[in-house]
Formats: sequence, structure tokens, C-alpha cells
Amino acid sequence: MTKLIFEKGKPGRRAIHLPKMDTPDYMNTLSKKYMRKTPADLPEVSEPDVVRHYTDLSTKNFGVDANFYPLGSCTMKYNPKINEYMAALPGFSDVHPLQPEHTVQGCLELMHCLQQLLCEIAGMDAFSLQPAAGAQGEITGLMIMRKYLNDHGLEHKNIILVPDSSHGTNPASAALAGFTVQTIPSDQKGQTDLQQLKEMVHDGVAGLMLTNPNTVGVFEEHIEEIASVIHSVNGLLYYDGANANAIVGIVRPGDMGFDLVHFNLHKTFSTPHGGGGPGSGPIGVKKFLEEYLPNPVVKKDSDRYFLDYSSPCSIGKIHSFYGNFGVLVKAYCYILNLGREGLIQVAENAVLNANYIAKRLGEFLKIPFDKGFMHEFIVSYDTLLDQGIHAKDAAKRLIDFGIHPPTMYFPAIVSEALMIEPTETESKETLDRFCDLMEQIYQEGINDPELLKTTPHTKTVRRLDEVAAARNPVIKYME
Amino acid sequence: MNKYIPNTQAQKAEMLSYIGIDSVDRLFDCIPDSIKDRNGMNIPEGLSDIELEGKLRSLSGKNLNVNDAVCFIGAGAYDRYIPAVVKALISRQEFLTAYTPYQAEASQGLLQAIFEYQSLICNLTGMEGSNASVYDGGSALAEAVSLSNSVKRKSRVLVSGCLNPRYRQVLDTYVRYKDMKTVEIDSADGVTDLESISKDDLAESGCLILQNPNYFGCLEDMESASEFAKRNGLHLIVSVNPISLGILQSPGEYEADIVTGEGQELGNGLSFGGPYLGFFAVSKPLIRKMPGRIVGMTKDLEGKAGYVLTMQAREQHIRREKASSNICSNQALNALAAAIYLSVLGKQGVVDVAKLSFNKAHYLYNGLKETRLFKERFTSEFFNEFVLDAGVNVKQIQDAYLNNKILLGYGLANEFSDMKNSLLIAVTEKRTKKEMDLVVEMAGDMS
Amino acid sequence: MIPKHLYYTKEHEWIKVTDEGLYVGITHYAQDQLGDIVYVELPEVGDEFEASEAVSVVESVKTASDIYMPVKGSVKAVNHALENQPELINSDCYTNYIFVIQQEDNDLEGLLSADEYTKYIEELDQ
Repeated sequence: MTKLIFEKGKPGRRAIHLPKMDTPDYMNTLSKKYMRKTPADLPEVSEPDVVRHYTDLSTKNFGVDANFYPLGSCTMKYNPKINEYMAALPGFSDVHPLQPEHTVQGCLELMHCLQQLLCEIAGMDAFSLQPAAGAQGEITGLMIMRKYLNDHGLEHKNIILVPDSSHGTNPASAALAGFTVQTIPSDQKGQTDLQQLKEMVHDGVAGLMLTNPNTVGVFEEHIEEIASVIHSVNGLLYYDGANANAIVGIVRPGDMGFDLVHFNLHKTFSTPHGGGGPGSGPIGVKKFLEEYLPNPVVKKDSDRYFLDYSSPCSIGKIHSFYGNFGVLVKAYCYILNLGREGLIQVAENAVLNANYIAKRLGEFLKIPFDKGFMHEFIVSYDTLLDQGIHAKDAAKRLIDFGIHPPTMYFPAIVSEALMIEPTETESKETLDRFCDLMEQIYQEGINDPELLKTTPHTKTVRRLDEVAAARNPVIKYME
Repeated sequence: MNKYIPNTQAQKAEMLSYIGIDSVDRLFDCIPDSIKDRNGMNIPEGLSDIELEGKLRSLSGKNLNVNDAVCFIGAGAYDRYIPAVVKALISRQEFLTAYTPYQAEASQGLLQAIFEYQSLICNLTGMEGSNASVYDGGSALAEAVSLSNSVKRKSRVLVSGCLNPRYRQVLDTYVRYKDMKTVEIDSADGVTDLESISKDDLAESGCLILQNPNYFGCLEDMESASEFAKRNGLHLIVSVNPISLGILQSPGEYEADIVTGEGQELGNGLSFGGPYLGFFAVSKPLIRKMPGRIVGMTKDLEGKAGYVLTMQAREQHIRREKASSNICSNQALNALAAAIYLSVLGKQGVVDVAKLSFNKAHYLYNGLKETRLFKERFTSEFFNEFVLDAGVNVKQIQDAYLNNKILLGYGLANEFSDMKNSLLIAVTEKRTKKEMDLVVEMAGDMS
Repeated sequence: MIPKHLYYTKEHEWIKVTDEGLYVGITHYAQDQLGDIVYVELPEVGDEFEASEAVSVVESVKTASDIYMPVKGSVKAVNHALENQPELINSDCYTNYIFVIQQEDNDLEGLLSADEYTKYIEELDQ
């Protein structure tokens, strides 16, 4: 176990060389009552200490540059290096957000162009780049829906429908935007149960949130009818772009009938996940919702770009400034680099890779929804329960072979679920190795279940006690 | 084929044949033809890497960056020195290209780093618990109100009139849908006037929000505010400048309930407003109510210490519509930068950076208010940011400075109707006496 | 398994009627579904609730479950032992109550008898 940074170093060590005070000292003008009584207990380390420490920690982590990461619903694709370099250009990374407008025209132009590109990809009429993550995109979209409905005398519409397999952020976002949430069941094919939907839709329904392909990886083939059912009661249709990697360039949410869309730039548009953020979740809308987008929106007036705060209908600000700009630069580079054909190839190859793996794994594993799935699919690892093997045992065994486990136990509608998403940036060789290992692990489950139950064996720690962690939380260092 | 796709045509053909179909198009048969439209997407042809780099360099070149200028703009984002160590370490692919550390055994490095981040934030703020960060300073405040409301269940939120107006706007957006409203507290001499709060507002409110140093740079009397909050059964929520805590009283010392703030200053670039991080810390009774991700220490099955994401039952993926927050990420890489930055600064460094900022700001303040171009706006004490009123149109003054590549402050006219010609000026440890002498000299010439 | 002298709800709470008030806890079925309980959020003494309002939350590592008010009333007492030892519910769910209700009337309408509850969970298991 690596010691904590607090346990390293010695009193008096320093890792920074600051300039000498070149002005008079005014500290005696600071009232005593405002002063800190005891100094903050920060580490006392040298620069080599810091570098060794965090480099050591990095070796105990798992990145997509080094390893296959078939993590369903997360789109762990390769993150192009050129995008990192471009985002680090000083004209992007060292610009203050409150500089005069004419000194930031390049930033604004980039944002304006990205807004337009995303409109094209989504089939929407306007985009805001402000949401800092997919979940923030969702709540922004729902606030737009709420305000639009209120402004049109439709306050009584307060029900948001979500499928039973939806991501937890969908109902959470809807509730925070003031809606009541109702759940629609999935049918045998893993799709929204159309009959149930029709029965649940009435004048009080404000809208439906849907991922398409949905959270079991299956394309909702009745999407046009779903849209018309929702629209028939003046409801709005929200597209959760979590799975857009399957359809980018093939079909546009706007053409499916959706009124609002959020994309996760850290998924579909390859910006690195950074260990859990920063992401970016731009929100796009059809024309009739444009004036509700958060302030400010980047606009163009002849050849000048500007931040427009003028819309009186806007839901207001949702980010301290304009969104995760550094992430936007990377996504913009990605789209320009790939172009139209390149983006279509993304979806084609992501779907081909997933179908190939599914076909191979289907030889020995159970795939509950085996028709019409696209860039990802679910395995129900419940065939070895008699041996005491659960989905997590098989998943964690992959760690021993240098592969990140698939998403486990999501969605909850499938027992012992493993959700597998290979992405388009993996070669057939990698996919074959993965399938071979999955087969080997399955055999191990039959022949040597104890081996699986105690995996992983190759890391610095073994399975961790989550119950103890949650019962008596230790969430900071104590001497 | 785009260069990020390794499979060749031959491999694709092999895969298709294994699946038992003749073309990739068959994989998309599940999508109705009526909505499929491959020509609808008007995206230009892909650029080569050389063309792409040329285009981006040209766009980047259209912006004035703070290395080519002298930046005195603050107002929520600060031009601080970022040690090379920070950038070098956060660029390591194991951190940069990792997902959220849900698979604890394979993610001990990042989990430990976040645990250290939480500990560093606790030590800096004097609080008992910190989460793994949220989006930014504004959303951190919105989350704080949501947390407070889950305990207090009142309809109003008392907000200092000296709060960053952008935070206020974010807060207003979030509370509007929860049947709450914000009530602004008057200010006097650049600080919050708690005595001005009406009895009615007090009775209907569950929390009191102050910023310290506040948006105008002035220092609030946090001890009194804390006593006031306790007396009236309010949660005290404070948004703090993290570097100021090198020398200023910590929120733990004055017993705040929830502490939030913008963490950009801690080793993160200005980056035209993001990505930054919102830090979020609480007193002991509120730990189990904190939104977002939290890393906890535990043991593995052999008894070795290790780290996991913990207290997840609060979160949206479990509580769904009953969750008090929908956040499902943190600004992990930015939080990592903050942790490394605070480790580099260390116990003495954070005091030194705070003192340098404080002294330099006071040097410039004293210099400028002696000129006839500016006069002081407030007499309250301040940290590293202050407001001056200009005798003439403030835009003209800023333009004159900009001609000399000096970004002199941020005009407050758009945000405060009674501050038409007021300038909010920030000074960090990066500014030199020489630069500031030039600013003062130019002011003398202009008056 | 299911004590005869208690009342039950479909939300898997048990209710014990005593002179000091109504003791409320969760059933064996509920604690088994939750798994290892890691935290119990207790209500404030004195708080008043309508029947079916969420009063308390019981959390395990991977799930959380609301505890609903079985009848209208106010919280008279809470079981402080659960603050540091939530696992007491796992070890003996019928002794370790969560809170006690002070009722204004003695209306127990809508509560299930032990037999009715037994039948109800048998149906659930099918």
C-alpha cells in the first residue's frame, strides 16, 4: 500500500520556489479576528517527493491508452493525442473568461462553430455548450421543458416518463426540475412497451426521456410512433445522448422526433474521461425551444462573435461561466478531424465490433436481448449461480488479464448483468483475445469457482469491504 | 477508414461473415428507413492533422492569452502560477484516460488521490468531510442549498448581496424548480448587512449564504455571521476563496455548516471558464447528506488498507427520483490537479502565496487610490481583490490599458446598477511591483 | 418467522402496539432484501407525519429503502442504538425498532395482521 502524501516528507521540505516579496508588507493591516488561528495541515514534501508519489499512484490505475476498456454505456474509446495538444494551446488554456469580447474572438468562434456542428449531428436547431456533464445537460433540458410548458399555460403537465431501464440521472434530473416521475416497463425485446406507453399517456404527461439505442443497447424501432404518442398530448421528447456512438452520422435524434438532445462529448466525441470528469453535456433543442436555452448563448453578428444574454425566456445560467471550454476544444478537433465520413465510420465500426463479440460470446453465454442491439449488449451471467459465481466474479477476473471489467449490474432489469461496449477503436485481435478470455473464465467458473470468487489476484489490493466503508466512513486522513 | 479505427476491410469482412451478414448496413436494419438519412448531416470532409493543427492555431491566435498580457481580472477566476509538476502529472494517461473508479481493485491510484484531495480540502477549510468535487463554484453553491433544504425544508434562501452574481444566477436557476426563492440581503460598505434581514424572511429561511472574501474582495465578519445563523436556526453556507485560507480564518474555525468554492485557483488553468472544479465540504452532521462521489478508506479481504467509492446509497443511480442531487460525476482530473497543487504548495507555500497576493493587492490599491483617476469605493478590509470607482468612463480606461497589454480588472456596470464606473481588480502572486508601478504611472498620466 | 402479535404493512414494516406508543421496525423479509445495512437515517423526535409519508431511510451498500409512516402521528422516540450499529437490524429485526409513534387516535386501519402479511409475501415470492 502506498503511503499517503501526508505521511511522506519531513518538516521544512518544500516543492515550490516563490518570488521574494517585492512590495511593502501590509499584513499588519489585517485585523486579527480575520486571521487563521492554526495553519492548514498540508504536506511538507520536496518536488521529487510529489512526482514520485503521484507517479506511483498513476501506476495503480487503469487507462484506455494501456488497456481494453469494454465498459458498457461509457464509450471508452481512444482519446486522440492531437486534441490534447490543441486544447493546451495558450490561446485556449490561458484565456480569462471575463476578458473583453474582442480579445476572445477565437474562443467564441470555436464555440459557435461547435454549436453548429452539433446541430447538424443531432438534427437540432440550436445548442448550448454550458452543461458541464451529461447529468447537467439533462437537468438543463428538463428545466427548459418545465419553463416552456409553464409559459404556455401548461403547468398541469407534470409527469415525466422514463423507461424502467433508464439511467438513474433521468429520474433524478426530472425530480429536481420539479416533475413527478413515472416508469414505463420494457417489453420482451428490451424496448419500450408501446401498449403500456399508450395507456400511460394523458394530458398530464409533460414528456418522455429516452436513450436510443436504449440502455439495453437495442434500437427503439417504434420511435416514430412513440414520438407521435407523446406529441399527441403536447408532450416533449427528450433524447439522452448516452448511446449516440451507435448512431452518429446514421440517424439524427431530431429526425426521430426528439425535441431536445444532450450529447456526452466525453463519450461520442472522444474527450478523455479524466477518471470521472471533466465531461461536457451540451444541450440541443428544436427552434421553438431555442429562446429557453441557458444564458449566455454564443452568437454571430456579421463577423463578430458575442455572448448573448438577451433572451427573456432563458432558464438562466447553469454554469459559472460558459461550460467546460477545454473539453469543447477537444470535441471540436475530433469532429473536424473525422469529418462526415469519419463519423459515420465510428458508428458502423462500433456496432460491428459489438455484434461480433456478442456472436462469439453468445456461443456460451446468455444474451437476453439478442435482436437489434447496436454498439453494446448485455450478458446475463446467471448460468453459473449454482457454482456460486456471480457477474462480478467473472468481471473482476478480467482485471487479472489486464482488461477492464464491463459495466456490472446495470440496468437492474436484467439479473447478473454485464454490459459490454467495445467501441470502434479496438481491433479484431483485441476483441478475439477478450472473447477467448471470457470463454476461459467461463470454464474456470465451472472447474475452479473459488479462483473466480477471490479475484483479482494481481493487484495491490484484493476485494474491498464496502460494507465497513459505508458503515463507519473514513473519508479523510487522520493521524 | 479514419485513423482511430484499426480494423481493415479484410477483418471487417471476416467479422461480418462470422456474424452471418453480408454488409454493415444490415446491422442498421433495426432503424426505420423513414428516419435514416445519411445525407442530412452537413459536416465538412475531415481535415488532415496538419490542416487541423493549422486551423486550431489560427483560432487560438485570435485570442489574447494572459502570458502575452498582464492580467488583473479576477471575479471568480484567477491567473495564478501553475507549477509544471501539476501539468506533467495530470497528463499521465493512467489518470487522464481512466473512467470513474467504480472497479476499486483496478483504480486504487485515483481513489487514493481523491482521498488525499478530500483530506487536503478538509484541512484547508477546517471541515470534517469533503466530497470528490462538483462542476464549479456556482453549482457547488446550488448543491449546498439543495443539501440544506433536505434538512431544513424551508421556502427561502438568504443570499448575501455581495455574492458573485454568476453564482447567484446559477443558484436562482436551480432553486426555481424546487419551490424556493432566494432573498437578497442588503450590503453596507461592501459587506453583508445581516441586521437588514426582515423577521419574515428569517422565519421562512433555512440557510444563509455568504461569500468570503466576497465578490468585491471584502472580508465579511464570519464569526458574527455564524453566531447570527446559529441564533436563528440557519445553516451557514459559505463560498470561500481557497488560497485566502492560507491566512484567513478557516470556515471550520467559525463553525460553518457547508463550505463551497471555486477550485480553479488550485492548479487549474483559466481555460476560458472551464473545466474548473467546485469544492464542497461539510460539518460532521451533514457528511451522510453530501451530494456527489465520496471516497472512503476500508480494508481488503486480507486486511490491507484500500479505498472505495462509498455512501453510494445517497446517489442518483440508487435513489433515482428520490436523490437530492442528480450529479453522477466529479471533476476528477481537476480535483487531482488541486491535490497535487496543494501538495506542492505545502504548509508554508499556501501561506506564502496568500501573503504575496494580499501584499501586492494592497500595494496596487494604495497606489491607484492616490491617483486622481480612481477613488476608493469601500473602506472594508480586503484580501487580494478590490473595487475602485473611476472618475471617467471605465471602458475607456480599460481600453487604454489594453493598448499596453494590461487587462485592468473587470467592470461591474452590467452586474450592479449603482456601479457604472466601478472596476473590480484582482492581484495574484504572479504580478510584480514593476507591472503595478506601470499601472499606477499610467493612471497618473490619464488623470 | 413472522411474529403473530405484530401488525404489518405492505412496505414491510412491523408495528407493535404498546401503552407507550407504536413501535415501528422493518420485517425479516425487508432486511433480507436490503442485505448488510450500513446506515439508518432516523427522524427527529417531535416531527409530525401523515400516514404513508416517508419518515426514515435504511441504507445498504447498493440500495436504500424509505420507511413510511404506517399511521398518522408524531415521532415520540427513536432507537439511538442504530446510529452506530445499524447492523442490529440485520441481526434481530423484530427487537430493534427504528422509531416510536405517538398516535392521536387509535386508528389502525389499513394495517395487516400477521396472517395477512404472511400471505402477502408468499404472493410476492411467486
